[in-house]
Amino acid sequence: MTGGPTILEMRSITKEFPGVKALSDVSMTVAAGEIHAICGENGAGKSTLMKVLSGVYPYGTYSGDIVYQSQVVHFSGIKQSEAAGIVIIHQELALIPELSITENIFLGNEPSRFGVIDWESAHRQATELLARVGLNDDPDTKIKSLGVGKQQLVEIAKALHKSVKLLILDEPTAALNESESQHLLELIVGLKGKGVTSIMISHKLNEIEQVADTITIIRDGKTIETLDVKGDGVDEDRIIRGMVGRSLESRFPERTPNIGEVFFEVRDWNVQHPLDPSRMVCKNENFVVRRGEIVGFAGLMGAGRTELAMSLFGHSYGTYVSGEIIKDGKPIKVNSVAQAIANGIGYVSEDRKALGLNLLDTIKRATVSAGLAKITTNGVVSSVKEYETAERYRTMLRTKASSVNEGVTKLSGGNQQKVVLAKWMFTDPDILILDEPTRGIDVGAKFEIYGIIQELASQGKGIILISSELPELLGLSDRIYTIFEGQITNELTAEEANPESLMVSMTSKRTNVR
Amino acid sequence: MKSIRKIFGGGGGVNQFGMIIALVAIIIVFQIATGLTLNPTNVINVFLQYSYILILAIGMVMVIVAGHIDLSVGSVAAFVGIIVAQSMAVWHLPWPLAIVLGLVIGVLVGAWQGFWVAYVRVPAFIVTLAGQLIFRGGNQYIGNSTALPVPESYTVIGAGFLPDFGPDFGYSNPTLLIGLIVVVVLIIREIRARATRVRMGAEPQPVWASVVRLIVLCGITVYATYLFASGRAGTSLPIVAIILGVLIILYSFVTNTTVFGRHLYAVGGNSNAAVLSGVNSKRVNFFVMLNMSVLASIAGMVFVAYSGSSGPADGTGWELDAIAAVFVGGAAVAGGIGTITGSIIGGLVLAFLANGLSLVGTDANLVLIIRGLVLLIAVAFDVYSKVQGRPSVIGYLTRNFTRKSGGGDASTGTGSATEQPKSIDDSPQVLLP
Ligand SMILES: Nc1ncnc2c1ncn2[C@@H]1O[C@H](COP(=O)(O)OP(=O)(O)OP(=O)(O)O)[C@@H](O)[C@H]1O
Ligand SMILES: [Mg+2]
Repeated sequence: MTGGPTILEMRSITKEFPGVKALSDVSMTVAAGEIHAICGENGAGKSTLMKVLSGVYPYGTYSGDIVYQSQVVHFSGIKQSEAAGIVIIHQELALIPELSITENIFLGNEPSRFGVIDWESAHRQATELLARVGLNDDPDTKIKSLGVGKQQLVEIAKALHKSVKLLILDEPTAALNESESQHLLELIVGLKGKGVTSIMISHKLNEIEQVADTITIIRDGKTIETLDVKGDGVDEDRIIRGMVGRSLESRFPERTPNIGEVFFEVRDWNVQHPLDPSRMVCKNENFVVRRGEIVGFAGLMGAGRTELAMSLFGHSYGTYVSGEIIKDGKPIKVNSVAQAIANGIGYVSEDRKALGLNLLDTIKRATVSAGLAKITTNGVVSSVKEYETAERYRTMLRTKASSVNEGVTKLSGGNQQKVVLAKWMFTDPDILILDEPTRGIDVGAKFEIYGIIQELASQGKGIILISSELPELLGLSDRIYTIFEGQITNELTAEEANPESLMVSMTSKRTNVR
Repeated sequence: MKSIRKIFGGGGGVNQFGMIIALVAIIIVFQIATGLTLNPTNVINVFLQYSYILILAIGMVMVIVAGHIDLSVGSVAAFVGIIVAQSMAVWHLPWPLAIVLGLVIGVLVGAWQGFWVAYVRVPAFIVTLAGQLIFRGGNQYIGNSTALPVPESYTVIGAGFLPDFGPDFGYSNPTLLIGLIVVVVLIIREIRARATRVRMGAEPQPVWASVVRLIVLCGITVYATYLFASGRAGTSLPIVAIILGVLIILYSFVTNTTVFGRHLYAVGGNSNAAVLSGVNSKRVNFFVMLNMSVLASIAGMVFVAYSGSSGPADGTGWELDAIAAVFVGGAAVAGGIGTITGSIIGGLVLAFLANGLSLVGTDANLVLIIRGLVLLIAVAFDVYSKVQGRPSVIGYLTRNFTRKSGGGDASTGTGSATEQPKSIDDSPQVLLP
């Protein structure tokens, strides 16, 4: 430990939801001024523990004690914990897209004089706060025009405004690219220098190894161990051992690719931005996929990979201008999502909460939601087949849930992702587009999902893999295309690709497609 | 508590236990206060007088689940009512044809509103606010702002009863027969539900839970049958109750088991995710609005039959009754949650409340105030519990009894269902900044 006095002690926290014990007897101690990481598999109870701490689950809904700054505290809501200097930044950002940065930072405690908001002072303070988090955008910019990385910084600026003493970050870098993540991590380290204690949940173990002072590992709702990073010489493998209870031999399952002929081809694909016709989000893109092949798409955030994927998937993004899709030698039409699905295309969205799932659904309803036709006779959905299908995929993907009648909101992130995968596997696509399929997913589950992806490929399907994690792209892909500003800039075989060669093509306009 | 959940939770049984308690409470309170509420004549009267709320609630819950609202139902009902009345009085159309004409007008009006909502993407609030004016104006223009009586033969559908047959036991025989059929259907359903659970590999509920549930449901049925069958001579099960029953069964079936039903809840729950799963959200929105106007036309025709004439003020304020029924019945303001059964029970709550208040002789203006407050409190409670991450009104009342099939308390924690852009088509920039 960094040796500071204890700022927080959580003692024997137990939290039950109807039917699940999310936390049982969890204890942890955080020293003032340290960066304390919490690691654990999906569904281990990390987010729940932090929600208990920050008053999202108010006093009385859990048992155990929270001792903060040497006092037992009973938060009845997030307002009270914030007043005490504990600020939580949830993984789903809580900013209002239509409001400006300033308005968001001051939302709820606007500086005012006689009840009239003092915009001048707000603006000035916002500028200062933004400077502290290293964001040099105009404070009048609307949130919706910022990328996730910058939004994350605004969240932190907002926390700073609330004079945060203990900052809780739930998977802050899950949706960020490498350089944004680095910036954020440096910022957290910088805050530590100014006396802010941070608790950080992350599945990116390299980042934890880099910044954390102490790591608490949680498994199945129980504290397993607390590691002192500097003192104990902790590395990623050590963390994984704590998380899953055994060592992982390798990060990627073994696979011998069995690649067939080209069966899916995109030619001269041009798509306009939906609101700004002068901007092309896909510029003359050409690529092919072979049977049984995993094709990676590398690019920086905003390079246009998701835009490409969604425009192929039933023109669900942007305004289609021109281009052709050839499948099995024949041109196919994808004017609607239904048509794309009928033509054997599946798309697993990067944003599972906003685009991948109806959060009101149960697991079984979600599983069949894209393939209803398969279990329908005369317009009537068979509830027995629905149940059987959902149950089959639950066993196959080892989704952790008490039953398929469970609501999907009750699942942890990784298990929700498995439900989304099941939903698309059930449509039995020939070409499956996976957009950031392992975002927010623990190492063990990642390994399983990689296995599923490889298994789908070995069945002769074509897989298009979009990922911001280069190791993942390099570890899985048979071939990688790089995209820069809506253009395919390069095509690399598995042998040619390495982080350096990819980075060069991801950041340059030079086109070098064979 | 656990055992009550076993009886009423999941498994194809009733899921609106809390609402039923509220309904029973209202009935009991007024029964004690007046001694008249459970009088057969009064119960029959409630159905005759307020059937329009229940018919409208069926359509409205679908509209609200899809994330819209329909403010035009009262005007549409009045518009169809006057045309149907005219067609019989002036053009001498036989009444069955007049009904077909009314339905056709309902379809046309619905297609008109659905077009604006689904394809031009004008918010339903605005489209139907315009519709409220347009069709009210239409009613008054066609009817010259005066009441137009309808022929006796036509009034059956609103004020008529099942004709009696067979030997006279002092009860209405057809009503007894229907009661018997319902009981048999309930039993068969329960047995089949158990069989389905076994086929799905789930452990069937304990036999006693099924038995108790059946006893309760059949008991209610038998009692209702008794009430309807033992009214004044010449009365029995009202025809509107049969129309209503058919509509409830039909629409419950549609929303619960068909692909369209799935698509409806998908669009309401997360329209973007629905579109990306291949759902044609425009078609869903179009059909939902169309369907609402068709049901409004049925409500209008029934009401004209009940009151014997079509007038210029018919249907004023109906939209509010229907919307209130749906929200009291557990639908979520943000869409995606709500059931036909819940809304019917919500409608009955409002109907018995209004009836009870008039029985105790409450001033009509006060009745309005009280009904307004009931709606406000019900929805405020719903919103409040969502903010607090607790289940909704119904969820609150039933949280110890049932596990919601729709996962109504999904708002715990994130609440993102309400924060999502309504549709991919509406706001592409929100998706990818
Ligand atoms: N509102 C809820 N109702 C019921 N169960 C819940 C609820 N929230 C969480 N759970 C359950 O509690 C357990 C812990 O969930 P939690 O979200 O804390 O996991 P996590 O460690 O944050 O996982 P991830 O890494 O996937 O985010 C899971 O089994 C989950 O299904
Ligand atoms: Mg979590």
